[in-house]
Amino acid sequence: MSIRSRSYDLWLKLFGTGQRDARQTGGGLNRLAVGVLAVALLFVSACASNHRDQPYYEAQDPSAFFPDGKADRPLPPNTVPQGQLRLDEHLYQGTSNGRPVNTFPFPVTAQVLQRGQQQYNAHCVPCHGFAGNGDGMIVRRGYSRPTSYHDERLRNESLSHYYDVIVNGYGAMPSYADQVYPRDRWAIIAYIRALQLSQNANVRDLPAEDQELLNHPPTPAAGDEGEGEEGGH
Amino acid sequence: MPQVFHRSSNSIARLSIIGAAVTAALIGAIVYIVARSPLATGQHVPPAQPVPFSHAHHSGGDGIDCRYCHQSAEYSAVAGVPPTETCVNCHKQIWLNSPNLRPVRESERTGQPIQWVKVHDLPDFVYFNHSIHIKKGVGCSTCHGEVNRMQLTWQVAPLNMGWCVECHSQPERFVRPRSEIYNMQWQPPANQLELGRRLVDEYDIQKKVYCDTCHR
Ligand code: HEC
Ligand code: HEC
Ligand code: HEC
Ligand code: HEC
Ligand code: HEC
Ligand code: HEC
Repeated sequence: MSIRSRSYDLWLKLFGTGQRDARQTGGGLNRLAVGVLAVALLFVSACASNHRDQPYYEAQDPSAFFPDGKADRPLPPNTVPQGQLRLDEHLYQGTSNGRPVNTFPFPVTAQVLQRGQQQYNAHCVPCHGFAGNGDGMIVRRGYSRPTSYHDERLRNESLSHYYDVIVNGYGAMPSYADQVYPRDRWAIIAYIRALQLSQNANVRDLPAEDQELLNHPPTPAAGDEGEGEEGGH
Repeated sequence: MPQVFHRSSNSIARLSIIGAAVTAALIGAIVYIVARSPLATGQHVPPAQPVPFSHAHHSGGDGIDCRYCHQSAEYSAVAGVPPTETCVNCHKQIWLNSPNLRPVRESERTGQPIQWVKVHDLPDFVYFNHSIHIKKGVGCSTCHGEVNRMQLTWQVAPLNMGWCVECHSQPERFVRPRSEIYNMQWQPPANQLELGRRLVDEYDIQKKVYCDTCHR
């Protein structure tokens, strides 16, 4: 039976008073048909609202199927996602032939330092503080106090040590491997080096004109303070 | 034969025709208003959460940056809610015994995730992507409001199509410098249109109003 004739049959069953099926089973079928149609309509409207919530998993959805309750699946063992081969030992492990390094895997530009500052402020400041003294807000709320970055030992540690601490944690400090990505780790380290420099700078490292400015700060021009009170602008 | 209808029937009939039209228009207006009201869009009412997590405490009070927990907003379609391990970073040491944190400890012990209730949820036939908005200078607070003042998180924007398209057709009214993306208290300056047009140029912002931008 073709689809068309089958649906014609159904149509007749539902609405065809006086046609063959209705005649055989009597008027009861008509009432049944109306009932069926009403229920069918309910489903139609359910479908209409269901396109807002379709039967597929979105990121971070719960799942009753997987034992860990998550729809997001972990990487199967011994596989490498596309574009994440990570052969560059310097960039991804922070070492060279397994030995600590004291160089960056890419040139440190102003842009890298800016990125480092953003990432440092987001991920490290809560504990280490803006200047790296170890007096962040969470420490003031009771977390153990980290060693200051300006500590003699830490200033002399290799870059590899910093990379290792970010990836694996250190004592009371948790690992940040999941929150901070490899290039950002190096950017943060560059920024920490800048912080260390800033707390240990020598006036003689400044350009001559800046040294001059430091030694002879300009006196504020007369009348600067009075201006606002006159309301002349 | 006496008249069946009094003469006033004429005006009553006319009035009731007008009345029917007015009622129909009123019902239409009410449906329209209710469909766009917070009642239907779910705005301004924080849903109950398994843990009473407060952005006001963590971000407002303690100054924790959004990126500490929502770092993927910058790289991917979803901003994502942080995994239990992120909470444990700090809460393994502080507020250890708070009853409010019991589900966090439970989740850490069993490996079962905390079942956060979605605050924002677009219909599944809409495609949304965080990273493009962040790259093109749309700040979190333009869409989510002053999250760092919220005790429990609620939805600020209506998230209906008109709201998305309003910005997509006139981005210059809403965009800000990239350096201000995470500033929850940023307000458009007096010269927003001028600033906006400059940013639209600088960031090469397109007017994406074709249907297949969001319905793919
Ligand atoms: C939750 C608080 C917390 C955060 C956030 C944090 N740290 Fe730490 N960090 C600590 C504590 C506590 C120590 C001290 C650990 C110890 O000595 O037991 C520490 C120590 C360190 C040390 C010194 C290790 C040594 O040799 O003494 C470095 C380097 C470091 N952290 C880097 C970072 C960087 C980079 C970030 C940001 C990506 C960061 N930390 C974020 C708490 C934190
Ligand atoms: C300490 C971690 C943490 C920080 C920092 C944080 N959030 Fe959240 N955020 C969460 C958690 C956990 C949730 C889920 C619970 C909830 O909805 O309140 C969430 C939920 C949200 C939601 C609602 C998600 C939904 O279900 O639709 C938005 C929007 C949001 N955060 C924005 C921000 C912004 C903007 C900032 C920066 C001011 C920020 N968050 C900082 C942890 C954090
Ligand atoms: C960077 C550190 C840090 C992280 C990460 C963090 N918290 Fe907190 N949390 C705190 C601090 C500090 C307080 C104390 C609040 C205050 O008064 O400032 C706190 C307080 C709380 C409280 C209130 C406890 C009470 O009894 O009132 C809850 C609940 C809470 N956090 C849940 C969470 C959850 C859930 C997460 C993970 C999404 C999280 N926190 C991540 C630092 C953190
Ligand atoms: C252009 C508007 C817009 C901007 C800008 C925006 N969001 Fe969202 N956000 C949304 C919408 C819409 C959803 C709901 C997505 C869905 O249901 O699929 C959402 C969902 C979320 C969620 C819930 C989890 C998820 O990813 O679905 C979090 C958390 C969140 N946003 C945080 C942020 C943070 C942090 C920022 C700033 C860096 C931000 N958002 C910027 C519109 C925006
Ligand atoms: C406040 C402004 C604003 C709001 C609100 C907004 N958008 Fe956008 N959206 C933008 C800008 C700006 C772009 C970048 C356009 C470009 O240059 O590619 C964009 C890009 C997009 C893109 C990527 C387009 C592409 O093809 O690459 C999608 C998808 C999108 N928006 C969806 C949405 C949806 C869905 C909503 C509503 C829930 C929404 N947006 C709300 C400003 C906004
Ligand atoms: C900037 C993103 C965006 C663009 C562009 C867009 N839409 Fe939408 N559209 C949405 C969002 C978001 C919703 C969901 C609103 C809601 O929750 O009710 C929606 C809902 C709809 C619905 C309602 C579906 C339903 O059953 O509720 C229709 C129909 C629709 N869009 C058609 C279109 C057409 C046609 C176009 C092109 C002219 C278009 N949209 C362009 C974002 C967009």
